[in-house]
Amino acid sequence: MPDEELPFAGSAHSLPWTGKEASPATPLPVTDVSSNPALRLSRISKRFGPLKANEAISFDLKRGEVIALLGENGAGKTTLMNILFGHYVADEGSVEAFGEPLPPGDPRAALDAGIGMVHQHFTLADNMTVQENIALGTQSLWRMRLDRAAAQRRIEQLSADFGLAVDPAATVSTLSVGERQRVEILKALYREARILILDEPTAVLTPAETDALFRTLKLLVAKGLSIIFISHKLHEVMAVSDRVLVLRSGYLVGERETGSTDRKELAALMVGQEVKPAEVSPVKLGAPLLALEGVSTAPYNGAGLDKVSLTLTAGEITGLAGVAGNGQAVLAGLIAGIRRPTSGSISIAGREVADWSPRAALAHGVARIPEDRHAIGSIGDMSVTENVIAERYRSPRFSRMGFLNWKAAGRFAEKLIADYDVKCPSPEARIRLLSGGNMQKLILGRALDPDPAVILASQPTRGLDVGAVAYVHRMLLEARDRGAAILLISEDLEEVLALSDRIIVMSKGRFSTPSSRGERTIRELGDLMAGHSGEHSDHAA
Amino acid sequence: MRLEPKPAPSLAVTLLFPLAAIATTLMLTSILVLAAGASPLSVFYLVAKGAAGSQFALLETLTRATPLIFTGLAIAVAFRAKLWNIGAEAQLYIGGVVTVVLGTGALPLPSVILIPVIIVVAMAAGALLLLGPAVLKTRFGVDEVVTTLLLNFIVLLFVSMLLEGMLKDPMGLGWPQSQKVVAEAQLPRLIQGKRLHYGFVIALASAVVVWVVMKKTVLGYEMRAVGFNPEGARFVGIPVNRALLKTALLSGGLAALAGFSEVSGLKGNLTLDLSPGYGYTGIVVAMLAMLNPLGVIASAIFVAGIFVGADAMSRAAKVPSYIADVMVATSLLTMVVAILLTRFWIRWR
Repeated sequence: MPDEELPFAGSAHSLPWTGKEASPATPLPVTDVSSNPALRLSRISKRFGPLKANEAISFDLKRGEVIALLGENGAGKTTLMNILFGHYVADEGSVEAFGEPLPPGDPRAALDAGIGMVHQHFTLADNMTVQENIALGTQSLWRMRLDRAAAQRRIEQLSADFGLAVDPAATVSTLSVGERQRVEILKALYREARILILDEPTAVLTPAETDALFRTLKLLVAKGLSIIFISHKLHEVMAVSDRVLVLRSGYLVGERETGSTDRKELAALMVGQEVKPAEVSPVKLGAPLLALEGVSTAPYNGAGLDKVSLTLTAGEITGLAGVAGNGQAVLAGLIAGIRRPTSGSISIAGREVADWSPRAALAHGVARIPEDRHAIGSIGDMSVTENVIAERYRSPRFSRMGFLNWKAAGRFAEKLIADYDVKCPSPEARIRLLSGGNMQKLILGRALDPDPAVILASQPTRGLDVGAVAYVHRMLLEARDRGAAILLISEDLEEVLALSDRIIVMSKGRFSTPSSRGERTIRELGDLMAGHSGEHSDHAA
Repeated sequence: MRLEPKPAPSLAVTLLFPLAAIATTLMLTSILVLAAGASPLSVFYLVAKGAAGSQFALLETLTRATPLIFTGLAIAVAFRAKLWNIGAEAQLYIGGVVTVVLGTGALPLPSVILIPVIIVVAMAAGALLLLGPAVLKTRFGVDEVVTTLLLNFIVLLFVSMLLEGMLKDPMGLGWPQSQKVVAEAQLPRLIQGKRLHYGFVIALASAVVVWVVMKKTVLGYEMRAVGFNPEGARFVGIPVNRALLKTALLSGGLAALAGFSEVSGLKGNLTLDLSPGYGYTGIVVAMLAMLNPLGVIASAIFVAGIFVGADAMSRAAKVPSYIADVMVATSLLTMVVAILLTRFWIRWR
């Protein structure tokens, strides 16, 4: 199939995504392939109050083309896709699909026009089977009977055609993240999508699963589908796209053929300046600062910890890689103090801490950069000042006799804003109004200002733009050179490889044997992440 | 229809929303007034006149506002920490019970000592009454809306039992009422011969104290943090459960003050109609004030004015005074919508 010149033409069997017989007399409108692009956006603008989310964005998506939409958080990618999909109405501009204007604000019309979207967070019903999820909403409410056999045939046909292996009878809750994503793609194809929008599709995948996804995308394109691939990972954009569109602060700032550009240029376009990768100085190991001994926990969001041991040493960054749901979240919560071990012990500087809590962690010099800066890292409706003192409001510096010293707090907020180059209207502004990068800089400042002995950095750069990522990396490396013991938990393997002096892979609540910088390749780490290797040990690190 | 978040509105716009909510309320209640066969304009004029048209009317409104300031503060404090205290009515009655128990001659003390003692004990009793539901919530996750609401009925029946038994006034001709409190336990009147009493001053002072607590103290900081984002508060090391328990103590204590002030300042004794639902109306008062302690003063006076004015109006315009309940209830709904509108745009497609 992939080697056919014209998609669909001459295929004798039923079309996989229509289920209809393809009669040779009525092939898909091949004639206007060149004249009408799959999608044409004309001068789309969208403002939220004073914020320009999208400003006069125009582009064409050709049939059988993969466009990568690249941009930092808040660049306007999601807004644009929401307009395309009818969730938002653009203030100005219009969208055409296959030459037909798309009525604004009507998701149904977008679906009917053949636009399918695979969201970053899956929209599947966990308690239903794959087939039920895929067929959900496609059959008329007035029909008395579900045509299960036909639905199953179509799903199997689609799976086979596009390498989307998944059992139609399986319950979604039993599937892995990669399988769920395949179900989402199948769902779109089942609804005869001819334009597929993928929003950060690789965030939750292992390298192997990512490769499989890319193979599927190639097959889809060969069949004439057009794809918009949203990402901020440059190497993926280079690997998968034909053309790259770069958004920055709501504007389309660059359009490049993928073949004639490189990562450096794209990164510069994204942030508007050249970024230098962090430089790493040699390790100067100090004393062991934090030790877990045979710690187990209850499961949470996936696996719990299963008798793990870990020592964090001064002057060293320990990187923890792994696919989401294998226990990293629990480990992060444990070190942050919000989870307690069911067995095993936690010691700081050689002394066991019995009553482990967020306050105990802070009191013992453990700085925490949480995975989710909105949900737990900050209190969105409180001001910047109120947020930066949150971990230390009881210290004599910020309160006396139960009364807060707002002057000292305000001065501290202003100091952090200056030191960490935070862009914010004023220390009195609600922290919710800050961009992700600026919020993260404040959280970083709050954590690093007391010069902590141990630093827990959990997904510290998730969703940040290239500039902010480089800043966070530099700050972590500086803290390491000052002698802090750092645990970096990240799903971004490149980040783990770039920063870590020692890498541990986590799978099913256990640790791999650690490897030092440069010892294992990305591929080997990927195998460990997938749990393919048997080299788990009880006393790993 | 869909909600889109919008950036924070300016202070002026924020202040405009309660006014818009009140205007909408008047428009909606006009329908009922018309159905009752009266002219809305004249009815609203009569309500306003009845609430503030004379010295008597104004003092009556402030007298009625006094318990509402206390219950409004109690609710504002609790709701700020997202502790849904629907039981201010029960806490109010417990405050009344304590006032009667200590104030009918059990403690032979001069006024300057007796009244503070009663205040402290009444607040403690109200605080403990809300502590139960708060502990159940923090320990076992029991919904405090249910427990505090149901406690209202339990306490009211308990008070009924007391008034038919232990606390029954032997000289009361068989009415379920307590003895009058002694002179030393009575709050003096603010103006000789008028009903407005020093409870109003205590209410104003309480509002200022609560404002200071919320704005300036560690406790207020913890309460707000816990209310806005309990997970986030826990992460940064704020003792969430302890903050909730302290909130419960403060809220229950404030509501009990309403009962103390009504018995000691106005009624003199405890009856089963001590409160015509001040505990529930406090929810409206707090919401209209957008949980701001100083705003509670204004919104309590506004709500009290509607009740007092509607009484006067119903005598003149032959429209039932129940229109006041409708107005207050409607203003809660319009206010909730107004608060929503300060935070979101509504898109109709």
